[in-house]
Amino acid sequence: MATVLKNEAVGSGFYLLKASGMYDAKMGQFCMLRAWDAYPVLSRPISIFDCDGEGISFLYKVVGQGTELLAQLKPGDTIDVQGPYGNGFPAVTGKVALVGGGIGVAPLYYTAKMLKAQGNPVDLYLGFTDEALLQQEYEAVCDELTVNIGGYITDDINPADYDYIMTCGPHIMMQVLADKVKGTAAQLYVSMENRMGCGVGACLVCSCKTTGGNKKVCKDGPVFKAEEVFGNV
Amino acid sequence: MCRLAVDFAGVAFKNPVVMASGTFGFGREYNDLFPIEKLGGISSKGLTLHARSGNEGIRIWETPSGIMNSVGLENPGVEGFIHRDLDWVNSLDLVNIVNVGGHSMEDYIQAVERLNAEQLDILELNISCPNVKQGGMNFGVKTDMAAEVVRTIRGICKHKLVVKLSPNAENIVDLAKACEAEGADGISLVNTFLAMAIDIKKRQPVFNNGYAGLSGPAIKPIALRMVHQVSHAVQVPVMGLGGISTWQDAIEFIMAGATVIQIGTATFMKPDKALDIIAGMERYCEENSIANISEIRGIV
Repeated sequence: MATVLKNEAVGSGFYLLKASGMYDAKMGQFCMLRAWDAYPVLSRPISIFDCDGEGISFLYKVVGQGTELLAQLKPGDTIDVQGPYGNGFPAVTGKVALVGGGIGVAPLYYTAKMLKAQGNPVDLYLGFTDEALLQQEYEAVCDELTVNIGGYITDDINPADYDYIMTCGPHIMMQVLADKVKGTAAQLYVSMENRMGCGVGACLVCSCKTTGGNKKVCKDGPVFKAEEVFGNV
Repeated sequence: MCRLAVDFAGVAFKNPVVMASGTFGFGREYNDLFPIEKLGGISSKGLTLHARSGNEGIRIWETPSGIMNSVGLENPGVEGFIHRDLDWVNSLDLVNIVNVGGHSMEDYIQAVERLNAEQLDILELNISCPNVKQGGMNFGVKTDMAAEVVRTIRGICKHKLVVKLSPNAENIVDLAKACEAEGADGISLVNTFLAMAIDIKKRQPVFNNGYAGLSGPAIKPIALRMVHQVSHAVQVPVMGLGGISTWQDAIEFIMAGATVIQIGTATFMKPDKALDIIAGMERYCEENSIANISEIRGIV
Protein backbone atom coordinates (compact mmCIF):
# COMPACT_ATOMS: atom_id res chain seq x y z
CA MET A 1 0.00 0.00 0.00
CA ALA A 2 1.22 3.48 -0.87
CA THR A 3 0.38 6.75 0.83
CA VAL A 4 -1.25 9.64 -1.02
CA LEU A 5 1.18 12.57 -0.94
CA LYS A 6 -1.10 14.93 -2.82
CA ASN A 7 -4.28 14.85 -4.84
CA GLU A 8 -5.20 18.20 -6.34
CA ALA A 9 -7.67 19.43 -8.92
CA VAL A 10 -5.73 20.81 -11.90
CA GLY A 11 -8.75 21.58 -14.06
CA SER A 12 -12.44 20.99 -14.14
CA GLY A 13 -12.77 17.27 -13.32
CA PHE A 14 -9.02 16.66 -13.71
CA TYR A 15 -6.79 15.68 -10.79
CA LEU A 16 -3.09 15.12 -10.19
CA LEU A 17 -2.41 12.45 -7.58
CA LYS A 18 0.99 11.58 -6.18
CA ALA A 19 1.59 8.38 -4.23
CA SER A 20 4.64 7.47 -2.18
CA GLY A 21 7.15 4.76 -3.03
CA MET A 22 9.93 3.85 -5.41
CA TYR A 23 8.82 2.69 -8.84
CA ASP A 24 10.77 1.66 -11.89
CA ALA A 25 8.48 3.35 -14.37
CA LYS A 26 9.07 3.43 -18.10
CA MET A 27 7.62 6.00 -20.48
CA GLY A 28 3.99 5.34 -21.36
CA GLN A 29 3.33 2.66 -18.77
CA PHE A 30 0.30 2.61 -16.47
CA CYS A 31 -0.64 1.38 -13.01
CA MET A 32 -3.79 -0.27 -11.70
CA LEU A 33 -5.05 2.03 -8.95
CA ARG A 34 -7.39 1.05 -6.15
CA ALA A 35 -8.37 3.02 -3.07
CA TRP A 36 -11.30 0.93 -1.95
CA ASP A 37 -11.85 -2.61 -0.74
CA ALA A 38 -14.25 -4.70 -2.77
CA TYR A 39 -16.41 -2.33 -4.79
CA PRO A 40 -16.14 -1.31 -7.52
CA VAL A 41 -14.76 -4.71 -8.44
CA LEU A 42 -12.14 -3.55 -10.91
CA SER A 43 -9.04 -1.50 -10.23
CA ARG A 44 -8.51 1.45 -12.55
CA PRO A 45 -5.77 1.54 -15.18
CA ILE A 46 -4.26 5.04 -15.07
CA SER A 47 -1.28 6.36 -17.08
CA ILE A 48 1.84 7.38 -15.24
CA PHE A 49 2.23 11.17 -15.37
CA ASP A 50 5.56 11.35 -13.57
CA CYS A 51 7.88 9.33 -11.42
CA ASP A 52 10.70 10.51 -9.19
CA GLY A 53 12.60 9.60 -6.03
CA GLU A 54 9.63 10.62 -3.90
CA GLY A 55 6.84 8.74 -5.60
CA ILE A 56 4.70 8.26 -8.67
CA SER A 57 2.01 10.56 -9.98
CA PHE A 58 -1.09 10.21 -12.07
CA LEU A 59 -3.08 12.79 -14.00
CA TYR A 60 -6.65 11.56 -14.32
CA LYS A 61 -10.09 12.67 -15.34
CA VAL A 62 -13.16 11.86 -13.27
CA VAL A 63 -15.34 9.76 -15.56
CA GLY A 64 -17.09 7.29 -13.28
CA GLN A 65 -17.35 5.56 -9.96
CA GLY A 66 -13.69 4.61 -9.61
CA THR A 67 -12.17 7.96 -10.53
CA GLU A 68 -14.76 9.68 -8.32
CA LEU A 69 -13.42 7.68 -5.39
CA LEU A 70 -9.85 8.52 -6.35
CA ALA A 71 -10.75 12.21 -6.47
CA GLN A 72 -11.88 12.09 -2.82
CA LEU A 73 -8.48 10.91 -1.55
CA LYS A 74 -6.61 13.21 0.82
CA PRO A 75 -2.90 13.34 1.64
CA GLY A 76 -2.15 10.56 4.11
CA ASP A 77 -4.81 8.22 2.74
CA THR A 78 -3.67 4.84 1.46
CA ILE A 79 -3.86 3.73 -2.14
CA ASP A 80 -2.96 0.44 -3.79
CA VAL A 81 -0.65 1.09 -6.74
CA GLN A 82 -0.16 -2.08 -8.81
CA GLY A 83 2.44 -1.95 -11.52
CA PRO A 84 3.93 -0.24 -13.45
CA TYR A 85 2.49 -2.40 -16.21
CA GLY A 86 2.63 -2.56 -19.97
CA ASN A 87 4.95 -1.78 -22.84
CA GLY A 88 5.32 1.97 -23.15
CA PHE A 89 6.96 4.36 -25.58
CA PRO A 90 10.39 3.34 -26.88
CA ALA A 91 13.65 5.07 -26.06
CA VAL A 92 14.65 6.61 -29.38
CA THR A 93 17.33 8.89 -30.79
CA GLY A 94 16.14 11.69 -33.03
CA LYS A 95 13.75 14.61 -33.21
CA VAL A 96 10.55 13.72 -31.39
CA ALA A 97 7.01 15.11 -31.36
CA LEU A 98 4.55 14.04 -28.67
CA VAL A 99 0.90 14.58 -29.55
CA GLY A 100 -1.78 14.35 -26.87
CA GLY A 101 -5.50 14.93 -26.83
CA GLY A 102 -7.58 15.49 -23.70
CA ILE A 103 -6.63 13.23 -20.81
CA GLY A 104 -4.36 11.48 -23.33
CA VAL A 105 -1.76 14.12 -22.49
CA ALA A 106 -1.17 12.31 -19.18
CA PRO A 107 1.66 9.92 -20.19
CA LEU A 108 3.41 12.55 -22.30
CA TYR A 109 4.89 14.54 -19.40
CA TYR A 110 7.14 11.75 -18.17
CA THR A 111 7.81 10.66 -21.75
CA ALA A 112 8.95 14.18 -22.71
CA LYS A 113 11.03 14.47 -19.57
CA MET A 114 12.80 11.17 -20.19
CA LEU A 115 13.35 11.70 -23.92
CA LYS A 116 14.78 15.17 -23.21
CA ALA A 117 17.06 13.74 -20.55
CA GLN A 118 18.30 11.24 -23.14
CA GLY A 119 19.34 14.20 -25.32
CA ASN A 120 16.54 14.28 -27.90
CA PRO A 121 14.88 17.46 -29.17
CA VAL A 122 11.24 17.10 -28.04
CA ASP A 123 8.22 19.16 -29.12
CA LEU A 124 4.84 18.77 -27.44
CA TYR A 125 1.46 19.21 -29.13
CA LEU A 126 -1.44 19.15 -26.69
CA GLY A 127 -5.08 19.46 -27.67
CA PHE A 128 -7.91 20.21 -25.25
CA THR A 129 -11.63 20.83 -25.58
CA ASP A 130 -12.07 23.61 -23.00
CA GLU A 131 -8.96 24.36 -20.97
CA ALA A 132 -5.26 23.54 -21.02
CA LEU A 133 -3.93 21.32 -18.26
CA LEU A 134 -0.62 21.93 -16.48
CA GLN A 135 0.69 24.13 -19.29
CA GLN A 136 3.70 25.42 -17.32
CA GLU A 137 4.70 21.93 -16.28
CA TYR A 138 4.57 20.64 -19.85
CA GLU A 139 6.46 23.71 -21.10
CA ALA A 140 9.31 22.89 -18.73
CA VAL A 141 9.96 19.43 -20.18
CA CYS A 142 10.04 20.20 -23.91
CA ASP A 143 11.64 22.45 -26.48
CA GLU A 144 8.43 23.81 -27.92
CA LEU A 145 4.89 23.49 -26.65
CA THR A 146 1.89 23.95 -28.92
CA VAL A 147 -1.51 24.03 -27.24
CA ASN A 148 -4.76 23.88 -29.14
CA ILE A 149 -8.03 24.51 -27.34
CA GLY A 150 -11.27 23.66 -29.10
CA GLY A 151 -9.69 22.81 -32.46
CA TYR A 152 -7.75 19.89 -33.91
CA ILE A 153 -4.22 19.48 -32.57
CA THR A 154 -3.46 17.29 -35.57
CA ASP A 155 -3.76 20.44 -37.75
CA ASP A 156 -0.82 22.00 -35.91
CA ILE A 157 1.86 19.42 -36.60
CA ASN A 158 3.96 18.81 -39.68
CA PRO A 159 5.02 15.15 -39.35
CA ALA A 160 7.85 15.58 -41.86
CA ASP A 161 9.68 17.70 -39.28
CA TYR A 162 10.20 14.68 -37.00
CA ASP A 163 11.93 11.34 -36.84
CA TYR A 164 9.51 9.97 -34.25
CA ILE A 165 5.99 10.89 -33.26
CA MET A 166 4.30 9.43 -30.20
CA THR A 167 0.65 9.97 -29.46
CA CYS A 168 -2.05 9.30 -26.91
CA GLY A 169 -5.62 10.50 -27.08
CA PRO A 170 -8.99 9.84 -28.67
CA HIS A 171 -8.95 7.05 -31.26
CA ILE A 172 -10.12 9.41 -34.00
CA MET A 173 -7.29 11.86 -33.24
CA MET A 174 -4.70 9.11 -33.47
CA GLN A 175 -6.30 7.80 -36.67
CA VAL A 176 -6.14 11.27 -38.25
CA LEU A 177 -2.52 11.60 -37.17
CA ALA A 178 -1.70 8.17 -38.59
CA ASP A 179 -3.18 9.24 -41.93
CA LYS A 180 -1.17 12.45 -41.84
CA VAL A 181 2.08 10.67 -41.02
CA LYS A 182 1.57 8.30 -43.96
CA GLY A 183 4.16 8.92 -46.64
CA THR A 184 6.62 10.74 -44.36
CA ALA A 185 9.77 9.26 -42.86
CA ALA A 186 8.46 9.76 -39.32
CA GLN A 187 7.75 6.69 -37.23
CA LEU A 188 4.52 6.86 -35.29
CA TYR A 189 3.81 5.14 -31.98
CA VAL A 190 0.28 5.15 -30.57
CA SER A 191 -0.91 4.48 -27.03
CA MET A 192 -4.15 2.52 -27.19
CA GLU A 193 -6.91 2.50 -24.61
CA ASN A 194 -9.42 -0.22 -23.81
CA ARG A 195 -11.52 -1.43 -20.91
CA MET A 196 -9.31 -3.66 -18.78
CA GLY A 197 -9.92 -6.43 -16.27
CA CYS A 198 -6.74 -7.88 -14.84
CA GLY A 199 -4.24 -5.37 -16.25
CA VAL A 200 -1.54 -8.02 -16.57
CA GLY A 201 -2.40 -9.92 -19.74
CA ALA A 202 -4.41 -12.83 -18.38
CA CYS A 203 -8.10 -12.11 -18.97
CA LEU A 204 -8.05 -10.95 -22.62
CA VAL A 205 -10.86 -8.42 -22.27
CA CYS A 206 -8.66 -5.60 -23.65
CA SER A 207 -7.64 -7.37 -26.87
CA CYS A 208 -7.10 -5.11 -29.83
CA LYS A 209 -6.80 -6.12 -33.45
CA THR A 210 -3.39 -5.65 -35.02
CA THR A 211 -1.74 -6.74 -38.24
CA GLY A 212 -0.07 -9.43 -36.13
CA GLY A 213 -3.35 -10.77 -34.73
CA ASN A 214 -4.99 -9.93 -31.41
CA LYS A 215 -2.73 -8.14 -28.94
CA LYS A 216 -3.34 -7.33 -25.29
CA VAL A 217 -3.51 -3.58 -24.73
CA CYS A 218 -2.42 -4.05 -21.10
CA LYS A 219 0.56 -6.34 -21.66
CA ASP A 220 1.67 -6.13 -25.30
CA GLY A 221 0.73 -2.44 -25.33
CA PRO A 222 -0.59 0.07 -24.50
CA VAL A 223 1.93 1.43 -27.02
CA PHE A 224 2.02 -0.05 -30.50
CA LYS A 225 3.58 0.98 -33.79
CA ALA A 226 0.84 2.81 -35.65
CA GLU A 227 1.07 0.48 -38.65
CA GLU A 228 0.17 -2.45 -36.38
CA VAL A 229 -3.19 -0.96 -35.41
CA PHE A 230 -4.02 1.54 -38.17
CA GLY A 231 -2.66 -0.37 -41.16
CA ASN A 232 0.13 0.99 -43.33
CA VAL A 233 1.60 4.26 -42.14
CA MET B 1 -0.54 -26.60 5.50
CA CYS B 2 -1.98 -30.13 5.83
CA ARG B 3 -5.08 -28.64 7.46
CA LEU B 4 -6.05 -27.55 3.97
CA ALA B 5 -4.87 -30.61 2.03
CA VAL B 6 -7.74 -32.34 0.24
CA ASP B 7 -8.30 -35.24 -2.09
CA PHE B 8 -10.52 -34.57 -5.08
CA ALA B 9 -11.44 -37.70 -7.03
CA GLY B 10 -8.04 -39.17 -6.27
CA VAL B 11 -6.11 -36.02 -7.09
CA ALA B 12 -4.20 -34.55 -4.14
CA PHE B 13 -4.48 -30.80 -3.61
CA LYS B 14 -2.15 -29.15 -1.07
CA ASN B 15 -4.95 -26.66 -0.50
CA PRO B 16 -8.44 -26.45 -1.99
CA VAL B 17 -7.96 -23.15 -3.80
CA VAL B 18 -7.92 -23.17 -7.61
CA MET B 19 -7.83 -20.26 -10.02
CA ALA B 20 -10.92 -20.30 -12.22
CA SER B 21 -10.69 -20.71 -15.95
CA GLY B 22 -10.50 -17.53 -17.98
CA THR B 23 -9.29 -15.28 -15.20
CA PHE B 24 -5.73 -16.53 -14.88
CA GLY B 25 -4.49 -17.26 -18.42
CA PHE B 26 -2.13 -20.21 -18.12
CA GLY B 27 -0.56 -18.76 -14.99
CA ARG B 28 2.51 -17.11 -16.49
CA GLU B 29 1.42 -13.48 -16.07
CA TYR B 30 0.51 -13.94 -12.43
CA ASN B 31 3.63 -15.97 -11.68
CA ASP B 32 5.54 -12.74 -12.35
CA LEU B 33 3.57 -11.15 -9.49
CA PHE B 34 3.45 -13.89 -6.86
CA PRO B 35 4.60 -17.52 -6.54
CA ILE B 36 1.61 -19.35 -8.00
CA GLU B 37 2.87 -22.66 -6.64
CA LYS B 38 1.28 -21.58 -3.36
CA LEU B 39 -2.08 -22.26 -5.03
CA GLY B 40 -3.82 -25.61 -4.93
CA GLY B 41 -4.26 -25.57 -8.67
CA ILE B 42 -5.06 -23.56 -11.74
CA SER B 43 -7.72 -24.12 -14.36
CA SER B 44 -6.43 -23.04 -17.74
CA LYS B 45 -7.97 -20.45 -20.00
CA GLY B 46 -10.77 -22.27 -21.84
CA LEU B 47 -9.31 -24.09 -24.81
CA THR B 48 -11.01 -25.09 -28.03
CA LEU B 49 -9.79 -27.44 -30.74
CA HIS B 50 -8.72 -24.57 -32.94
CA ALA B 51 -7.42 -21.13 -31.94
CA ARG B 52 -10.13 -18.48 -31.59
CA SER B 53 -9.78 -14.71 -31.81
CA GLY B 54 -12.81 -14.13 -29.59
CA ASN B 55 -15.66 -11.65 -29.73
CA GLU B 56 -15.75 -8.20 -31.28
CA GLY B 57 -16.73 -5.08 -29.41
CA ILE B 58 -16.76 -4.40 -25.70
CA ARG B 59 -15.69 -7.45 -23.70
CA ILE B 60 -16.02 -6.29 -20.10
CA TRP B 61 -18.58 -4.20 -18.25
CA GLU B 62 -18.65 -3.42 -14.57
CA THR B 63 -21.88 -3.94 -12.66
CA PRO B 64 -22.83 -3.42 -9.00
CA SER B 65 -20.53 -5.93 -7.24
CA GLY B 66 -19.71 -7.76 -10.41
CA ILE B 67 -18.52 -7.77 -13.97
CA MET B 68 -19.94 -9.05 -17.20
CA ASN B 69 -17.62 -10.50 -19.80
CA SER B 70 -17.92 -11.48 -23.40
CA VAL B 71 -14.42 -12.59 -24.36
CA GLY B 72 -15.73 -15.32 -26.63
CA LEU B 73 -13.14 -17.94 -25.70
CA GLU B 74 -10.17 -16.21 -27.30
CA ASN B 75 -7.49 -18.88 -26.96
CA PRO B 76 -4.49 -20.37 -28.77
CA GLY B 77 -6.22 -23.69 -29.40
CA VAL B 78 -5.33 -27.04 -27.84
CA GLU B 79 -2.24 -27.42 -30.00
CA GLY B 80 -0.99 -23.92 -29.21
CA PHE B 81 -1.41 -24.57 -25.49
CA ILE B 82 0.39 -27.92 -25.66
CA HIS B 83 3.20 -26.36 -27.64
CA ARG B 84 3.69 -23.24 -25.54
CA ASP B 85 2.41 -23.77 -22.01
CA LEU B 86 1.60 -27.34 -21.00
CA ASP B 87 5.12 -28.45 -20.04
CA TRP B 88 5.60 -25.29 -18.02
CA VAL B 89 2.36 -25.76 -16.09
CA ASN B 90 3.22 -29.42 -15.48
CA SER B 91 6.60 -28.37 -14.06
CA LEU B 92 4.83 -26.45 -11.28
CA ASP B 93 3.90 -27.91 -7.93
CA LEU B 94 0.14 -27.48 -8.30
CA VAL B 95 -2.80 -29.31 -9.80
CA ASN B 96 -2.95 -28.71 -13.54
CA ILE B 97 -6.57 -28.47 -14.65
CA VAL B 98 -7.08 -28.05 -18.37
CA ASN B 99 -10.38 -26.46 -19.35
CA VAL B 100 -11.84 -27.50 -22.71
CA GLY B 101 -14.84 -26.10 -24.56
CA GLY B 102 -16.41 -26.87 -27.91
CA HIS B 103 -18.99 -25.59 -30.32
CA SER B 104 -19.92 -29.00 -31.70
CA MET B 105 -19.60 -32.57 -30.50
CA GLU B 106 -16.83 -33.13 -33.07
CA ASP B 107 -14.86 -30.20 -31.62
CA TYR B 108 -15.07 -31.64 -28.12
CA ILE B 109 -14.07 -35.11 -29.27
CA GLN B 110 -11.04 -34.01 -31.26
CA ALA B 111 -9.82 -31.63 -28.53
CA VAL B 112 -10.13 -34.29 -25.83
CA GLU B 113 -8.50 -36.96 -28.02
CA ARG B 114 -5.56 -34.67 -28.66
CA LEU B 115 -5.17 -34.07 -24.90
CA ASN B 116 -5.32 -37.82 -24.21
CA ALA B 117 -1.73 -38.00 -25.41
CA GLU B 118 -0.59 -35.38 -22.90
CA GLN B 119 0.04 -35.27 -19.19
CA LEU B 120 -2.39 -33.24 -17.08
CA ASP B 121 -4.19 -33.75 -13.76
CA ILE B 122 -7.83 -32.98 -14.50
CA LEU B 123 -9.74 -32.16 -17.65
CA GLU B 124 -12.48 -29.62 -16.89
CA LEU B 125 -15.19 -29.84 -19.54
CA ASN B 126 -16.84 -26.50 -20.21
CA ILE B 127 -20.35 -27.27 -21.42
CA SER B 128 -21.49 -23.63 -21.38
CA CYS B 129 -20.79 -23.16 -25.08
CA PRO B 130 -23.40 -22.73 -27.81
CA ASN B 131 -23.84 -25.82 -29.98
CA VAL B 132 -23.58 -24.32 -33.46
CA LYS B 133 -24.96 -27.48 -35.02
CA GLN B 134 -28.16 -27.27 -32.96
CA GLY B 135 -29.30 -23.71 -33.32
CA GLY B 136 -26.78 -22.25 -30.90
CA MET B 137 -28.40 -23.77 -27.80
CA ASN B 138 -25.90 -23.88 -24.95
CA PHE B 139 -24.78 -27.50 -24.28
CA GLY B 140 -25.21 -26.90 -20.57
CA VAL B 141 -28.88 -25.86 -20.52
CA LYS B 142 -30.80 -29.05 -21.28
CA THR B 143 -30.03 -32.13 -19.21
CA ASP B 144 -30.29 -34.44 -22.23
CA MET B 145 -27.80 -32.47 -24.28
CA ALA B 146 -25.35 -32.20 -21.38
CA ALA B 147 -25.67 -35.92 -20.66
CA GLU B 148 -24.90 -36.71 -24.30
CA VAL B 149 -21.70 -34.63 -24.27
CA VAL B 150 -20.51 -36.15 -21.01
CA ARG B 151 -21.34 -39.70 -22.20
CA THR B 152 -19.40 -39.17 -25.42
CA ILE B 153 -16.41 -37.52 -23.78
CA ARG B 154 -16.30 -40.00 -20.90
CA GLY B 155 -16.09 -42.72 -23.51
CA ILE B 156 -12.86 -41.35 -24.94
CA CYS B 157 -11.27 -39.22 -22.19
CA LYS B 158 -8.29 -40.85 -20.45
CA HIS B 159 -8.02 -38.11 -17.85
CA LYS B 160 -9.94 -37.36 -14.70
CA LEU B 161 -13.07 -35.62 -15.98
CA VAL B 162 -14.75 -32.74 -14.18
CA VAL B 163 -17.80 -31.19 -15.81
CA LYS B 164 -18.24 -27.44 -15.31
CA LEU B 165 -21.92 -26.55 -15.11
CA SER B 166 -23.68 -23.46 -16.30
CA PRO B 167 -26.04 -21.79 -13.80
CA ASN B 168 -28.28 -21.26 -16.80
CA ALA B 169 -29.13 -24.97 -16.75
CA GLU B 170 -32.87 -25.59 -16.80
CA ASN B 171 -32.49 -27.83 -13.74
CA ILE B 172 -28.97 -27.80 -12.36
CA VAL B 173 -29.51 -30.63 -9.87
CA ASP B 174 -30.90 -33.02 -12.50
CA LEU B 175 -28.17 -31.98 -14.90
CA ALA B 176 -25.46 -32.62 -12.28
CA LYS B 177 -26.92 -36.03 -11.51
CA ALA B 178 -26.93 -36.86 -15.21
CA CYS B 179 -23.25 -35.89 -15.47
CA GLU B 180 -22.47 -38.15 -12.52
CA ALA B 181 -24.47 -40.99 -14.04
CA GLU B 182 -22.52 -40.63 -17.29
CA GLY B 183 -19.23 -41.05 -15.45
CA ALA B 184 -17.97 -37.59 -14.52
CA ASP B 185 -15.31 -37.81 -11.77
CA GLY B 186 -16.43 -34.49 -10.36
CA ILE B 187 -18.56 -31.43 -10.95
CA SER B 188 -17.53 -27.78 -10.93
CA LEU B 189 -20.09 -25.00 -10.67
CA VAL B 190 -21.01 -22.34 -11.48
CA ASN B 191 -19.96 -20.68 -14.69
CA THR B 192 -21.21 -17.13 -15.36
CA PHE B 193 -24.86 -16.12 -15.36
CA LEU B 194 -26.31 -14.94 -18.66
CA ALA B 195 -26.86 -11.21 -18.21
CA MET B 196 -27.33 -7.97 -20.09
CA ALA B 197 -26.47 -4.29 -20.12
CA ILE B 198 -27.93 -1.63 -22.39
CA ASP B 199 -26.21 1.55 -23.53
CA ILE B 200 -29.07 4.03 -23.16
CA LYS B 201 -27.33 6.67 -25.28
CA LYS B 202 -26.89 4.32 -28.21
CA ARG B 203 -30.17 2.51 -27.42
CA GLN B 204 -28.53 -0.85 -27.97
CA PRO B 205 -26.93 -3.63 -25.94
CA VAL B 206 -23.45 -2.92 -24.59
CA PHE B 207 -22.20 -6.25 -25.91
CA ASN B 208 -22.22 -7.16 -29.59
CA ASN B 209 -23.69 -10.55 -28.68
CA GLY B 210 -26.49 -8.91 -26.72
CA TYR B 211 -25.92 -10.98 -23.61
CA ALA B 212 -22.77 -11.66 -21.59
CA GLY B 213 -21.67 -13.62 -18.53
CA LEU B 214 -22.03 -12.10 -15.06
CA SER B 215 -19.51 -12.99 -12.37
CA GLY B 216 -18.22 -11.58 -9.10
CA PRO B 217 -19.65 -11.07 -5.60
CA ALA B 218 -23.06 -10.22 -7.09
CA ILE B 219 -23.66 -13.89 -7.97
CA LYS B 220 -22.21 -15.43 -4.82
CA PRO B 221 -25.41 -16.16 -2.90
CA ILE B 222 -27.01 -17.83 -5.91
CA ALA B 223 -23.87 -19.79 -6.72
CA LEU B 224 -23.64 -20.91 -3.10
CA ARG B 225 -27.23 -22.15 -3.18
CA MET B 226 -26.55 -24.11 -6.37
CA VAL B 227 -23.34 -25.61 -4.94
CA HIS B 228 -25.30 -26.60 -1.83
CA GLN B 229 -28.04 -28.26 -3.87
CA VAL B 230 -25.70 -30.10 -6.21
CA SER B 231 -23.24 -31.18 -3.50
CA HIS B 232 -26.05 -32.80 -1.58
CA ALA B 233 -27.46 -34.52 -4.67
CA VAL B 234 -24.32 -36.20 -6.07
CA GLN B 235 -21.67 -38.51 -4.61
CA VAL B 236 -18.78 -37.22 -6.75
CA PRO B 237 -16.77 -34.28 -5.36
CA VAL B 238 -17.68 -30.71 -6.24
CA MET B 239 -15.58 -27.66 -7.03
CA GLY B 240 -17.55 -24.60 -5.97
CA LEU B 241 -17.18 -21.18 -7.51
CA GLY B 242 -19.10 -18.01 -8.14
CA GLY B 243 -18.16 -14.69 -6.63
CA ILE B 244 -15.81 -15.92 -3.90
CA SER B 245 -13.76 -12.93 -2.83
CA THR B 246 -12.98 -13.52 0.86
CA TRP B 247 -11.85 -16.48 2.97
CA GLN B 248 -15.24 -16.38 4.67
CA ASP B 249 -16.89 -16.91 1.29
CA ALA B 250 -14.58 -19.87 0.69
CA ILE B 251 -15.51 -21.44 4.04
CA GLU B 252 -19.19 -20.99 3.17
CA PHE B 253 -18.71 -22.92 -0.08
CA ILE B 254 -16.89 -25.70 1.79
CA MET B 255 -19.69 -25.87 4.37
CA ALA B 256 -22.17 -25.99 1.49
CA GLY B 257 -20.42 -29.10 0.25
CA ALA B 258 -17.56 -28.09 -2.06
CA THR B 259 -14.30 -30.03 -1.77
CA VAL B 260 -12.35 -27.45 -3.78
CA ILE B 261 -13.19 -23.81 -4.42
CA GLN B 262 -12.24 -21.66 -7.38
CA ILE B 263 -11.38 -17.95 -7.39
CA GLY B 264 -12.10 -15.93 -10.51
CA THR B 265 -13.16 -12.31 -10.60
CA ALA B 266 -11.66 -11.57 -7.17
CA THR B 267 -8.20 -11.86 -8.71
CA PHE B 268 -8.97 -8.63 -10.55
CA MET B 269 -9.46 -6.87 -7.20
CA LYS B 270 -6.00 -7.92 -6.06
CA PRO B 271 -3.74 -10.24 -8.05
CA ASP B 272 -2.81 -12.42 -5.07
CA LYS B 273 -6.27 -12.38 -3.47
CA ALA B 274 -6.22 -16.21 -3.57
CA LEU B 275 -3.23 -16.23 -1.20
CA ASP B 276 -5.15 -14.05 1.27
CA ILE B 277 -8.01 -16.53 1.04
CA ILE B 278 -5.72 -19.52 1.63
CA ALA B 279 -4.16 -17.78 4.65
CA GLY B 280 -7.61 -16.93 6.03
CA MET B 281 -8.86 -20.50 5.63
CA GLU B 282 -5.75 -21.83 7.33
CA ARG B 283 -6.21 -19.40 10.23
CA TYR B 284 -9.88 -20.29 10.54
CA CYS B 285 -9.02 -23.99 10.82
CA GLU B 286 -6.37 -23.31 13.45
CA GLU B 287 -8.61 -21.09 15.54
CA ASN B 288 -11.45 -23.60 15.40
CA SER B 289 -9.27 -26.66 16.03
CA ILE B 290 -10.11 -28.14 12.67
CA ALA B 291 -7.41 -30.70 11.82
CA ASN B 292 -8.49 -30.84 8.21
CA ILE B 293 -10.86 -28.67 6.21
CA SER B 294 -12.80 -31.77 5.13
CA GLU B 295 -14.26 -31.90 8.67
CA ILE B 296 -16.52 -28.98 7.81
CA ARG B 297 -17.30 -30.01 4.24
CA GLY B 298 -21.02 -30.21 3.63
CA ILE B 299 -21.94 -29.71 7.27
CA VAL B 300 -24.69 -27.29 6.32
